[in-house]
Formats: sequence, C-alpha cells, structure tokens
Amino acid sequence: MSAANDARAMGAPVIRYGGAERVSGTQRYLSDIEFPDAAHVAFTTLPIGCASIESIDTTPATTMPGVIGAFTAADLPAPMPRFGISHKDRSVIADGVVNFHGEPVVAVVAESPDLARIAADAVIVEWTELAGVYDLDSALADGARLVQDAALRTDDHKHSNVLETADYAWGDLDEQQRETAHVVENTYEFPMVTHFTIEPGGVVAAPTDDGGIEVHSPVQHPYLLQRILADVVGLPLSKVRVIAPDPGGGFGGKQTPRYEPLMAVLAQRTQRTCRLILSLEETFQLMRRSGCRVDARTGFRDDGTVTFHELRADFHIGAYADVAPRVMTKGSYVGAGPYRIPAVRVHARAVLTNTTPSCAFRGFGAPQVGWATESQIDAGARLLGIDALEMRRRNLVDLDEAFIRGDHEARADGRWHQSLERAAELIGWGEELPEGRGRGIAVGIKPGATSGLSQSLVRLLYDGSAIAYAGTSDMGQGARTLWKQILADELGVDLDRISIVSGDTTAVPFDLQTSASRSTVFMGNAVLEACRDIRQRVLDLYAEATDISIDSLEAAPGELSTPSGTLSLIEAAQVGLGSLRGEIIGQGTSRLRGVKGHPLGGDAAFYEFNATAIEVEVDRETGEVLLTKHVTVGDVGTELNPLQVVAQDEGAAIMGLGHSLMEQVLLDEHGCIRNLGALDYRIPTFNDVAVEMISDSIENHDGPGPYGCKGISEGALLCTAGAVGAAVADAIGTPVRQLPLTAERIWHAMQSANAEQPTN
Amino acid sequence: MSTNEVAPTNHLSDHQVTLEVNEQAVVLNVPAHRTLLDGLRDELCLTGTKKCCADGECGACTVFLDGVLVNSCLVLCVETEGQSVTTIEGLSTNGLSDLQEEFLNSGAVQCGVCIPGQVVAAEGLLRTNPHASATEIRDAMAGNLCRCAGYERIVQAIQVAAGRRVEIT
Repeated sequence: MSAANDARAMGAPVIRYGGAERVSGTQRYLSDIEFPDAAHVAFTTLPIGCASIESIDTTPATTMPGVIGAFTAADLPAPMPRFGISHKDRSVIADGVVNFHGEPVVAVVAESPDLARIAADAVIVEWTELAGVYDLDSALADGARLVQDAALRTDDHKHSNVLETADYAWGDLDEQQRETAHVVENTYEFPMVTHFTIEPGGVVAAPTDDGGIEVHSPVQHPYLLQRILADVVGLPLSKVRVIAPDPGGGFGGKQTPRYEPLMAVLAQRTQRTCRLILSLEETFQLMRRSGCRVDARTGFRDDGTVTFHELRADFHIGAYADVAPRVMTKGSYVGAGPYRIPAVRVHARAVLTNTTPSCAFRGFGAPQVGWATESQIDAGARLLGIDALEMRRRNLVDLDEAFIRGDHEARADGRWHQSLERAAELIGWGEELPEGRGRGIAVGIKPGATSGLSQSLVRLLYDGSAIAYAGTSDMGQGARTLWKQILADELGVDLDRISIVSGDTTAVPFDLQTSASRSTVFMGNAVLEACRDIRQRVLDLYAEATDISIDSLEAAPGELSTPSGTLSLIEAAQVGLGSLRGEIIGQGTSRLRGVKGHPLGGDAAFYEFNATAIEVEVDRETGEVLLTKHVTVGDVGTELNPLQVVAQDEGAAIMGLGHSLMEQVLLDEHGCIRNLGALDYRIPTFNDVAVEMISDSIENHDGPGPYGCKGISEGALLCTAGAVGAAVADAIGTPVRQLPLTAERIWHAMQSANAEQPTN
Repeated sequence: MSTNEVAPTNHLSDHQVTLEVNEQAVVLNVPAHRTLLDGLRDELCLTGTKKCCADGECGACTVFLDGVLVNSCLVLCVETEGQSVTTIEGLSTNGLSDLQEEFLNSGAVQCGVCIPGQVVAAEGLLRTNPHASATEIRDAMAGNLCRCAGYERIVQAIQVAAGRRVEIT
C-alpha cells in the first residue's frame, strides 16, 4: 500500500503552522522584533528618477546630537562594490548618479528612528537632472542615455539599454504565413505593478563578536543573501549568518538582496546593530513587476487552428538587472502558451530604464506574455466566429504532447484539457447572459523550477516528538504545515508534537531558494526522504538492539513490522535507542541538475497549468466592471492540504485582478512615482472580489512532488488578465489591449467602437 | 542644479498622555507627532497591531478606541488622553476567540500581517451587526487590505463565527 493511501494528515485540512500566533498578533515579523541598543537607519533620496550627484554635505546631519554617522559612496571602497545574481550591476549605495527614484544617496545612522529621519532629511545634496529614460520608447530610441555605464557592462548589448535578449523559434514561420488565410496582429501592454506586501521592507544588521556579520532580513532566499553578503563584505560563509524571520508576504519581491549589503557595511563601520524599517512608499521603490509590451502576429486556419505565432516582447525592467533578465527569458519561453503551434518565433528583450529595478513577482513573466497570447486566441475567435472555449479545445495540447518544440522540447505533464473543461462547466459556459454581461475563458502556463537543491534534516526524538530543519521561507504559503503533515504520516508523530526550524543559515541546511512554486516539490521531497532515512535507521537500530534479522523487519509509514507483530515507529525507535535514549537523525536531499545548453538552464520540474473563466457586467455609462463570477481551476497533481490549496488559488486569482483591472505604477516626466503609497495605488479589496468565486483543482496524482503533487502558488494568476479581458470584450463588443482595464480605458474603447467598425 | 534642502524642525519634545490599553492604565511620554500605532508598538511593545501603509488605507493597524474601530496610524497619542484602547492582544487574553479560531479553520491566514487588523475589524463588525450578511461583511471589511487576498476565507470565517454567536445568544 502506498504512503498516500495510508495518509492521515496528508490531504487533510490541517491548520496553518504558526496560525495561532498570526491571529493573536504574537507572530514576530522583522519590525516586531526588539533589538536592544540598536541604531536606526534612514536614507536620503532625491525627488528625481535620474540625476548626477554634484555634492553632498552631511554636516547638518552629523552635527546633530545622537547622529552616529552619515555614509555616502565616498565612505565605501573604490571601485564601488556592486552585486547581483546574474549581473553584478547594483552599487551598494548611489555612486555619483541616481538611477531611479528612491535610490539611496546617503545612509544616516542615529540613535532613534525619528532622529535618523530628521538627519537624513537635513543632508544637503546638490544634483543635476539627467536625461533619464522612463519608458520603453525613450530607452530604445537612438541616442538614448544609457542607464548603465557601458564601461561597467560586459554583455553583448552594452552600448544600448537592452540588457539581455531571448529568442525561441521552431517550425517554418514564413511558410506558415504564406499558407495562412487569417492573421491577427496587435500590440498588448502590461503595466508595472508593485508587490505591496503588507509587511514593508526592512533589514537589521549586526557585527558579531568573532568579526562576522549577522543580518536579519525577511527574505525568500536566505542562502542567496548569505552568499552575496559574504562576497560584498569579504567574509567566509561561516561568518555570515542570515536570520530570516517569516516574510509578511513575498510574492517574489523578497527574493534578492537590495539594502542588505549596505546595512552590513553600516554595521561593520559603526560596530552597532543597525535597524532599517522601510515605509510602504519606500517599499514601492524596492520591488515591482516588470511592465511589458508585446507585438503579436498570429495565424489561424478556418477551423481556428493556430498555424503560427510571432511575438516581440519588450520587458521594461528598470535600473538594475536583479532577476529581471530571467523573468524575461522564462516568461517568453512559454510565450506561445500551452498550444500545438507548428511555427513560433519569439524575440524578447529586457530593457533597462531609470525606474525601480523589477524582480520576480508571482507568475514570473508568464502573465505578461500570456496576456498577449490569450488575447490573440480570442481575437482569432472573434474573427472566425468560433467560440473561445472551442478555440482552446482545438489548440491545447494533450498529455505528453510537445507545446515547445525545437532543440529543447517541453511536453504537457498534465491532462490540461480537464482543467479547461472544468472551468467552462463551473462558469456555465454557453449559457445565455443578460444584456451588458460578458464571459471569457483563458489558460495559463508557467515552468516550475529548472534546477534546484533542497536539503533537510529531521530528528525523531526519544519521546516521540520530532523536529524538521527545512530552509524554505514561510511567507504565507504555509510550507511548514506541509512538512508537519509529511512527518506526521511518515513517522507516526502527532501533529502537535512536531516543530519546524527554518530561517537561520547557521542552524538549517542549505536550500537554494523559495521561489517558482518549488518548495512543496523540492523541499517536500527532501523532508520525505529524511523521514524515510529515519525509518531505515530505526529498522537497523531495532535489529541491532533485538538481534532480530534485518530481513524479517519492514518499515512502513509510522510503523515497523516484526515477526512478532507491528509496532509504531516511535516504539521501535525507543527499543533501538535503548537506555541511552538519544535520537534518530535523518537526512534528505532533493536535487535537480540543470541541462547544458537549455535556454532555461534546465527542464522544468513541472508546469503550473491553470484555466480561468470570468463573467463580468460592464456599466455602459461609466465603463466600470463588476465581476459577477470568477472560476479558477488548477492542475495540482495532489492536494496535500485543501485549505492551503484553496487559499493559494483564490489569493493568486484575486491578486491577478489587480494588474487586470486597477494596478499600475505611474511615473511623471522626471521619473518620479506619482502614485507612491496606498492612497493612490489601489489593490483589490473585499469589494473587488467576484460576487461568486469558485476555486477548484484537478487531481491526477501526476506531479513530481510528495504523493504526486505539483507546485501551485502562481497558477491562478497566470491568465486572470486574459479571462477578464475576454469577458470585457464580450460585454462591450470590442477588446481593450492595454492593462489595467480601468473604467476610463473601457469607456474610451466603447466610445471608439461606437464610432468605428469593431476590430479583432 | 537643485538641492533637497528641508527646513529643520524640532518636534521631539515629549507630552505626557494617560490612557487605558487593554484594561491597563498606562502613561506615555511621547512627542506630539507620535501616532497611536507607533505608541502601541514602540512604547508599549504591543506589536500585534501592524504597520503597513501608515496612511489609513490598509487597516493593518485597526484597534478599538473607546469601543469604536479606528486606524491607529491616523490617531495621535496626544489625542487619546483618558480614552480606552483595545488591541488584538486585548482580544486574545483568554486563548483564541471564536473569530480567531474560525480564521484558522477557514484557511484565512496566509502571511498573517493583516490578520490582527482583520480580526479586530471583524470583532467590531459583529458587535454592531451580529447578523451581517456576506455583502455587509465585505462592505464593512473593505478597509482592511489583504495582499495574500484571503478575502473569501475571511468572509467565511466571519460568517461561521457570527452564526455561532447567534446560536449561543
């Protein structure tokens, strides 16, 4: 019998690990943790997106009683230390120029947060505005100012604002074009949006007695931060300790280091614990999603079959690379969608601009390109008079069929038609709608992690309790709940006798990162393996202690079979451990190596697939959209915890409504963010959720994770925009191709449509 | 060439404020600009009340002030002289409340930063409208943002808790 069939905790709605602390307010996020005698840090920034720094006078700050120091580029080694994952391009502090609105120019350290703020505001900076580039067109124009000094770049495009490109092609596109009767060609835009984590950013750095550094940061990738800090401050990994309190929301925004290197330097220079807690406004200047413009040409046969699909996607990535080139590469890799298309050509570029450096954000580039591709499928449907669901039925690949061809094929690893059909059924596809309403359906796909390494230790203690060490950051997805469930089933330990340790590079084994919906698969398998390692060790130890032959023993989830009957694994462990007591330690490693020459560096461990169907009512007078029904269906493999699956799916789906309907970071002509803060930047509220919302899952137990699960945390956001856009187009009779679909844009589209022939 | 000069101000001199927090009398010595939110968090170490937008938009800092829900980031400590404040800590003195339990049972808690404010706001709603419909719950809670977007779960949690309370009374 398989473990899944024996499962008690697995598949059950186990309450979130750390839930009681969160509802009672005792959960300590970074800003809740007391650091006695800490000094406080505030930044001096400029109200401009691009400027040269002519002079800095810190004396108005440093002469204030209680100010410990004010640090500028001049206080750092020359050349300025720079860091980054793929491009070491980000300076520790602004180095002669400000490259985006909010880039720190001076860091003031003072005895209180108030004083640090006042002193940072008192610093006098003389600056000259430069011809910054704040959008794609100005960044790509001939003679555009280069966002990054070509002398500091080593890449092929260093004399332009293009940082990286990606090209994917298969089939004979020219031939297909010649033979295709119906072609639709359109341009789509996806806005810059910000993560708006309810926990704003923050870092605390402290020197340690042994000359090392300890950095507290609510990051998704503590081990990446440890590596980068070690590099910037020149210490061995063993002397860089990263403590990562649970992030209060991440969504990709808390993956990469930004102010941590500066904070480490400040702690070293002042020999004080330095605490920085950002405002929400400053957090907007710390992270955002890349905007994107996609030119798409798509060919269709009379029956709706797609013959070719050509995309040019420009990602508006910001001032530094961060992880944005990878967002561009990975998002455009699946740009043609999960479809059977004989000829595809994708050309994507990551374009530098003088704006907040963009980074990972739930969906990682796939929603941006997917918006164009799904809208093109609908454009074809309108042109040919074919139902949008039928269009997808005809083009969506079947299980094990290639949807990415060429040298590195990708095949469907799920029965994706089932999700599509379920979504259609749940929305009532085909049923008549009242006047003013519209319906849309879309599918989305995203590659999971393409390489990975997660290591875990599990200790089964003598009294039958257990501790798992797993470095996944628990930022809301509830990873530790699942590790508890695995331990409960595999070791037979009660749920309430299990502890999970994470968020400390000194205590917890290596985990590459918490991203790409990977953790349940990668860390889940590592924890599972560690539990199975414990079972084997219990068996061996039991045999040794009892002189019963190993061959007559068999370990199963939670128990050990012996010739004289079955006993619990805990009882067997106690017999094996004997009067010395002690514990059994298991180790698990989950590793996916990359593939040389693969455009993504490796094959995805799994694909997240989602089908979303939306019904809207549009106010013909104002253009306002009311969501009447929102259906999301994910291909999840196995639901390990239905409470958490539904929470992730609904959460992602509603988050997707943000960039679809209301969210966009707006800049003025000087590159300053106009809607900086919660007053002017709207995210979905209780009142923006559909009147009726349905989340459902397809379970075929066909994933690579424990018990056949797949990663799930991003799926429901991948194609929200496509479904909303199609529903709005259905309601008003004309498509809007620029997100977000604000009332103003919809109203204008209705006015234009009344004046002209409808377009496709 | 431009400069960023800001006129120096001195607003650090302290004021003494006496108020009641979670049924305990407390005295704060705070500058006039200190918000109730920062006073609770930084002076009284009551960090269950969370700080996100500091603009009165997100609801993470929701507390009761003399029994009325307020965004504590929009109230100054010096305005609360003689008043009574109840925070999430004050709602959790006898273990978890029915609402808190239902938040957990409904899967409403993801990252959790907004949750104390959500619980306080929900408690305020049920005290004034014990029979709140789903629509009334959404309207009443619309000032409490959840970026994890556990909205459907939270509505369910409040509905279940409301049903239980009505049964009991």
